[in-house]
Amino acid sequence: MSHLDTRAKLAILADAAKYDASCASSGTTKRNSASGKGIGSTEGSGICHSYAPDGRCISLLKILLTNSCTFDCHYCINRRSSNVRRARFTVDEVVRLTLNFYKRNYIEGLFLSSGIIGSSDYTMEQLVLVATTLRLDHDFRGYIHLKTIPDADPALIEQAGLYADRLSINVELPTEPGLIRLAPEKSAGRIRTAMRELKDGIDDNRDARKKYRSAPKFAPAGQSTQMIIGADAATDTDVVASASSLYGKFGLRRVYYSAFSPIPNASAVLPLVRPPLMREHRLYQADWLMRFYGFAPGEVADATDDGMLPLDIDPKTAWALKHRADFPVDINRAPREMLLRVPGMGVKTVNAVLRSRRQRRLRLDDLGRLTRSIDRLRPFVIAADWRPLALADSAVLRPTLVKAERSQLELFA
Amino acid sequence: MSIAVLARADDFDGWRAAARGLAAARVTGETIVWQVGDAPTDLLGGPAADNAAPVATEPMFSVPRDFIDMARRVVCHTDPERFALLYAALATLRDRPKLFDDAADPLVRRLYDLDKGVRRDVHKMRAFVRFREVGENEEDDGERFVAWFEPDHHIVRLNAGFFARRFANMAWSILTPDECVHWDGELSFTSGASRADAPEGDPLEATWRTYYASIFNPARLKVKAMTSEMPRKYWKNLPEAALVPGLIAGAGERTRMMLAAGDAAGMTNAAVQASARRPADANPADANPCDANPGDGSSADALAVLRDDARHCQRCPLFGPATQTVFGEGSPTARLMFVGEQPGDSEDLGGRPFIGPAGQVFDRALAAAGIERGQTYVTNAVKHFKFEPRGKRRIHAKPMTPEIDACRWWVDHERRIIKPTITVALGATAARSLTGKTVTISRERGRALTLADGSEAWITVHPSFILRIEDRTAAAAEFARFVADLIAVRERLATLVAA
Repeated sequence: MSHLDTRAKLAILADAAKYDASCASSGTTKRNSASGKGIGSTEGSGICHSYAPDGRCISLLKILLTNSCTFDCHYCINRRSSNVRRARFTVDEVVRLTLNFYKRNYIEGLFLSSGIIGSSDYTMEQLVLVATTLRLDHDFRGYIHLKTIPDADPALIEQAGLYADRLSINVELPTEPGLIRLAPEKSAGRIRTAMRELKDGIDDNRDARKKYRSAPKFAPAGQSTQMIIGADAATDTDVVASASSLYGKFGLRRVYYSAFSPIPNASAVLPLVRPPLMREHRLYQADWLMRFYGFAPGEVADATDDGMLPLDIDPKTAWALKHRADFPVDINRAPREMLLRVPGMGVKTVNAVLRSRRQRRLRLDDLGRLTRSIDRLRPFVIAADWRPLALADSAVLRPTLVKAERSQLELFA
Repeated sequence: MSIAVLARADDFDGWRAAARGLAAARVTGETIVWQVGDAPTDLLGGPAADNAAPVATEPMFSVPRDFIDMARRVVCHTDPERFALLYAALATLRDRPKLFDDAADPLVRRLYDLDKGVRRDVHKMRAFVRFREVGENEEDDGERFVAWFEPDHHIVRLNAGFFARRFANMAWSILTPDECVHWDGELSFTSGASRADAPEGDPLEATWRTYYASIFNPARLKVKAMTSEMPRKYWKNLPEAALVPGLIAGAGERTRMMLAAGDAAGMTNAAVQASARRPADANPADANPCDANPGDGSSADALAVLRDDARHCQRCPLFGPATQTVFGEGSPTARLMFVGEQPGDSEDLGGRPFIGPAGQVFDRALAAAGIERGQTYVTNAVKHFKFEPRGKRRIHAKPMTPEIDACRWWVDHERRIIKPTITVALGATAARSLTGKTVTISRERGRALTLADGSEAWITVHPSFILRIEDRTAAAAEFARFVADLIAVRERLATLVAA
């Protein structure tokens, strides 16, 4: 392996990292290098420095330290039985790449993960070493996200949290039977324990910082996780329930959904047909409904047909069509919770409606100025000068809301 | 009539000082002319107008902090009405302090939209500035970085602090057409620059492109999602963007290879084919041509994207007088590609290459050589018609080297997508485009040259050369030589394909 130069390794180890969807660089503490030392800053909102033709943003240098692995998880390109080409970065190579990319404004920071080499502790040590070198030797003040190895010594996780903005552990699959079948060496119990420990670390740190402002920060951008969609039999209802319980139990910042993607040398256990990317998109929308729109997991389940969200319309519209009696909503009177249920009205629009209607009664063209597409809203709202005819039967309404037909059946065809 | 003179297009302090005085004097917005620098915006002519500071008639009133913050950004917009709109809002705020709570108010909406435009531009600048390292100087660590960026609005000063906080211990400059900002421990500003003032490249860009190509997952093409966040107007200054058409073109093939590898691991052949056919993207909202059959990711898709892009090409000044971009056409999987000089009068109007008099000579020669045009790909080194108007006629003018070089970007991308086994240069312009240097046709004619990508190029005359020969016998002889060259190419291609 030693004959590979950094660029050749980068090609292998970025390729191996691309199945991780997370790219967030936001939500950490604000810091900069204006004091005259170091390099980098984080100012709250993340920055996507580029976009690949797969539609994903490129914010961080997302690589593995090595793609050699002692595990044999079926969905993973790097599992030990795969004959993919292997490479391993030195700590110094990762540090130099990160700094050189950062100086040219290509990235916000580093997202480092790794296959398991030697032991879990050894692997975690190497990851932590990259972070400490960046932070201590180079005074790097950009963003660092470390993938955490579930079995590693808690003392190492503690260390990781001191230097990284975000830590993450992937739950990998939405259901435990899926994990048992596809990742036989991983244990749902151990993953949960590790996430619980991370949560405790983050909570303890928050308490400590209330008492002592100088207490060192622990993973200020919190923890996130990822689950693979479409590799096992889990329905959207299962996925949403699992995500909701993860948010609740472990205080996660984000759950990422990654549509199972064909990988070279795929294992025979994997499904033969990959799910449409639209399924991933609908799950993100459902995730947003739970986090920002006050939908309970059960209500998202309500929007599904036999456990699967429709692909042709978004989950909020699907919910509205199944609860036609709740519409139309009077934009001049309805409470916030109900405004948030109107398909096509986002949180910003709802806030603007609430503020504006204190001043005067809103008409349809007022609403038009506050939203992108008034046509979508019209059947669902009452305004000062507008009242729709009784909400049409969904059989009539649905086609107008659907831009192109794509039935859920195709998924399994 | 009052004239308020502002120092710069983004002069917020100047606007605030003037607006404060004018509002206190209850001057109505319609009578104020907002003027940036010495630019005469007053149609009545300056001196007669009242430029004196108005006398305050009323005590000052205070405005919400949010309004000031927003105004600071809105001033940076390029909309010429921005100063007047802000003044109108300020005047209204006196009687309606809660004006901005009414987000549906048309004036408020308009200002919010301007603000949004500026904030987006600020954000995109933070994202898409690409520094390039320039020659070392002797001091300390000796690094200096320069970037070229083209913002939509006057945001250089507004955004300078971000870069100063982030790259506080680097020496850097960001050059823009409007204004340049420099940091060397403190900020300084100079007048606008041109792209030629910025460095050409940085050795690390090759590594960055390696990363970009490797992190892309070819099994999921969502081109529309990419272009909505990274619009094409930014691409020319992003080193990685040149890879995009090739990545899209190769995506189908790479996915098929992944699945073929899966086949070896035990999947059945039929299943592999079924999943290979499945569209990668089921997003019905995507109307992008390359998503028409997104899973395919074929050369045809990539060419369609490229052709669409080329319609708006402004890489050289020729786009101005020409009617339209004349892009190449033919088989997206052609083994044989012809590159001509530039579209002529007929092509410029018809929008297709080689359809005028020279195109007819070309078609006859192809027929004589036994080559079917439909199986080849035919394009031009320069995609816009260059001419000199002569009365009602447009006389062909030879493209200059900078025009050929500017347009090579397209030819290179066409070749990268089609991957022809042999590329034939018709005439000196095409030869220049393919080889990057000036070539004497008589010397290079009739033998294979190797191009940078390892494929073969052959050079022959342009059919219009034959048209211009007045002596019929000499013209017939040249036509025969041209056909002989084409036959040699056809035979060579057969050998290469068989090999």
